Amino acid sequence: MFKKQLSIKNIVAIGIGAAVFIILAKFVSLPSPVPNTSIQTSYAFLALMAVVFGPIAGALIGLIGHALNDAISYGSVWWSWVVVSLFVGFIIGLVAKRINIESGVFNKSKLITFNVVQIIAQAIGWFLIAPVLDILVYAEPANKVFVQGLFAGVSNMVTVGVIGSILLFAYSKTRTQSNSLHREL
Amino acid sequence: MAVEMLSYIERKSPIHQLAGVTKLLCFIIWSTAAMLTYDTRILLFLFVLSIVIFITSKIKIKEISFILIFILVFLFLNNIAIYMFSPQEGVKIYGTSYILFEIAGRYNVTVEQIFYQINITLKYFTVTPVALLFIVTTHPSEFAASLNKIGVSYRISYAVALALRYIPDVQRDFRNIALAQQARGVDLSSKEKLSKRIKNAASIMIPLILSSLDKIETISNAMELRGFGKNKERTWYSARPFQSRDYITLVIFVLLLIFALVITFHDGNRFYNPFK
Repeated sequence: MFKKQLSIKNIVAIGIGAAVFIILAKFVSLPSPVPNTSIQTSYAFLALMAVVFGPIAGALIGLIGHALNDAISYGSVWWSWVVVSLFVGFIIGLVAKRINIESGVFNKSKLITFNVVQIIAQAIGWFLIAPVLDILVYAEPANKVFVQGLFAGVSNMVTVGVIGSILLFAYSKTRTQSNSLHREL
Repeated sequence: MAVEMLSYIERKSPIHQLAGVTKLLCFIIWSTAAMLTYDTRILLFLFVLSIVIFITSKIKIKEISFILIFILVFLFLNNIAIYMFSPQEGVKIYGTSYILFEIAGRYNVTVEQIFYQINITLKYFTVTPVALLFIVTTHPSEFAASLNKIGVSYRISYAVALALRYIPDVQRDFRNIALAQQARGVDLSSKEKLSKRIKNAASIMIPLILSSLDKIETISNAMELRGFGKNKERTWYSARPFQSRDYITLVIFVLLLIFALVITFHDGNRFYNPFK
């Protein structure tokens, strides 16, 4: 029973992860080729944390990080989009066991698994959940929110696909592989 | 790189003296009311009330003006976007169309559209002062204690407290790493090619992430040593006991919510329609 609750390490990972998420969202956004838009790197970090610490941590980093960031930088929380961060963190976290990044191996098949899952999660999140909630809660015009969601979704998919994969690869390099010892002859 | 953030502002005022839980609950009630209603009369009433509350808090406009300007710009752009995508939304909602003048094609200016967009803007104006106040008048550690008190598990509340506590630390780490990498010629601005820029971003993110993972290790070991999570409950250093003013405030806010919902939904529609 006790083991099933959040472990101390996961609690700390959620807290620190949310703090890093906020800093990345505020400072590390790259100017993109499309005018007036930027590439958010924080979702790549969210994906990495979800893969390392699992679905619950991923979901809560998305929830707390996004909600706190909205609150301290815009003064109000855009809940319909916060829900998407929670959802994306959770779904990507579901493949944590399969990818098993702690093994130190991040090969082509794991890379493909990761990207397929992140694209599916973000497609449902940005193309469906965010616009529908915007319409239900804020009664905004449908075509406006779908275009917004489409744009946010595609740019986040590309960011997570490129930067997220780089991060996962770099992280796996820091883990020791189980067969890394060999007898010297 | 000095980006301003909202943070706690120490002051002696009736709002500051309320317990964190009271403020959190009132904030939730207020957002729910403002989110559900589209009734202009209610929104106007809540807006005026929020200004009154804001004045009581003795927070000066100057102290949060950087955020206010940002919000106003955002609202302006949002309004333009709504009009671009859906110039007939107001007509659709209110069912009538009083055209003021035509621009081109489906783009005309109707009284209904203007009224609808005023409502959307008003909705933000209603929530913003209260949300801002909640952030600047609640101490971060009291906020975590309040979350626990309204039923969020103390583990998750503690994670929120950790996040708030470590934002400045992570920001300092980030700044050191970014400056060190810039000194080595790593460029994130649009002068660099996009593919190179992405690679450069990773070269800042990787040290930041690895140092944060080390931090996670250290902190969780320290918490483990102190027996965190052993008991079902936990006390908070900064939790404040309820006083009569907290009960009074809560009762007033609950009554406000009921009042707002009754007025909004008594005719079965979220929108107040002055055009009928």
